Amino acid sequence: MDFSIIANEYLFYLEGLWTTLWLVGVSLLLGLLIAVPAGILHSSERWFIKGPIWLYMYFFRGTPLLVQLFIIYYGAAQFAGLRESWLWEYFQEAWFCALLAFTLNTGAYTTEIVRGVIANMPKGEIEAAKAYGMSAWLVLRRITLPNSLRRALPAYSNEVIFMIHGSAIAGVITIVDITGVARVVNARYYAPFEAYLAAGLLYMCLTFSAIFIFRKWEQRYSQEQGKGRSAP
Amino acid sequence: MTELQNYQGILLEGAWLTIQVALLSLLLALFLGLLGASAKLSHSTPLKAIATLYTTVIRGIPDLILMLLIFFGGQMLINDLSYNINEWLNEFVSRFNPDHQWYSFLPDYIDVSPYFAGIVTIGFIFGAYMAEVFRGAYLSVEKGQLEAATAYGMSKYKIFVRVMFPQMMRHALPGISNNWLVLLKTTSLVSLIGLQDMVKVAGDASGTTQKPFTFYLTVALIFLLLTSASSFFLKLAERKYAIKTR
Repeated sequence: MDFSIIANEYLFYLEGLWTTLWLVGVSLLLGLLIAVPAGILHSSERWFIKGPIWLYMYFFRGTPLLVQLFIIYYGAAQFAGLRESWLWEYFQEAWFCALLAFTLNTGAYTTEIVRGVIANMPKGEIEAAKAYGMSAWLVLRRITLPNSLRRALPAYSNEVIFMIHGSAIAGVITIVDITGVARVVNARYYAPFEAYLAAGLLYMCLTFSAIFIFRKWEQRYSQEQGKGRSAP
Repeated sequence: MTELQNYQGILLEGAWLTIQVALLSLLLALFLGLLGASAKLSHSTPLKAIATLYTTVIRGIPDLILMLLIFFGGQMLINDLSYNINEWLNEFVSRFNPDHQWYSFLPDYIDVSPYFAGIVTIGFIFGAYMAEVFRGAYLSVEKGQLEAATAYGMSKYKIFVRVMFPQMMRHALPGISNNWLVLLKTTSLVSLIGLQDMVKVAGDASGTTQKPFTFYLTVALIFLLLTSASSFFLKLAERKYAIKTR
């Protein structure tokens, strides 16, 4: 066991950490942009709105992220039309394919969270808001969304952790994230134990930081709620 | 489509391997989960500490990293260990017999098979999640019912079979089904340590046929079939253990 390797390569590991962070951060953000409208539209009764959303969620939640990534990264090359178009500039980049796969994946799981939260919305609050004469938009903005966000947080923090862990497969398609760095270091020194252990510890720090931040956030939300209720 | 037909046989073999790995790791996960839950519920501090460390570490590290760590790192560790033991034993014997020739008491090189490493890793990971499920299920059974069963003079075994187990199952099943669905999808990672599961087969096939999209999409659809069938049967099981309301 020789951990001086890790001490020598710590800057490289930090670069990997940065890649993982932005990859996960950007996909989570873009995933939310898909999930919030999709989750709201899911309650629609029109089949041509509900159908595609259902199919999207069914596919991306029922298949492994690794296979989704491979379909996009390797599969794109099968289509001559795509290879000749301007899109190819993006599809031949590993980072773009990883970002696309992660975004679509987390978008599907988050849509389910949004859908569940909206379906279990306390009806009385909405009825009360309507009775006050609020418009549909105002009800959404003032009642439905803030209330839903608070109830969605625990499930969403799970999804964030899932995404941090899931992003480890980016290292497989030549991206130098934390896993990618560990693979390179292992190839350079033939020290699999040290290389992967260091990566594991980095991911562990990342996961527990995320858990800590979400816990603080949840606490603050429930305190605000408490204050609001006890106010005279 | 003809490409798919040519590879139909080995794709199905790969799918069968995926199912095997998934079922065997589920078995290991259920076993480790029961063990972990009992340790967490026990009154012994060291046992509790070990179980907590186990579940915490697993929740912190991605499955892929754990798999690579066990497959590559574990192999190195085992071989270093067996080499050191060999050396120690040989030195020990040479002290008494100066003519002693080097002899490998333990094999010099042990090859950790990807099949074994995959099952152990996935079982080990989901054991931690199962432990939480079983712990929650155990705690959710009302203690009054166990007392009532004791008061009726039921034996410990009977209490477990008639009172504890059916109620535990009701609370544990949703958690178990959820973990099973995640586990099934996690098995795709074994292709990365060289196991010929269907993801690996699809990769090899797309290399020769230049049809990666067709093959990976097929694999995705097989996974979709497996997850859909699982959730259908698990729903049936949940209904079986649900409270019957008239």
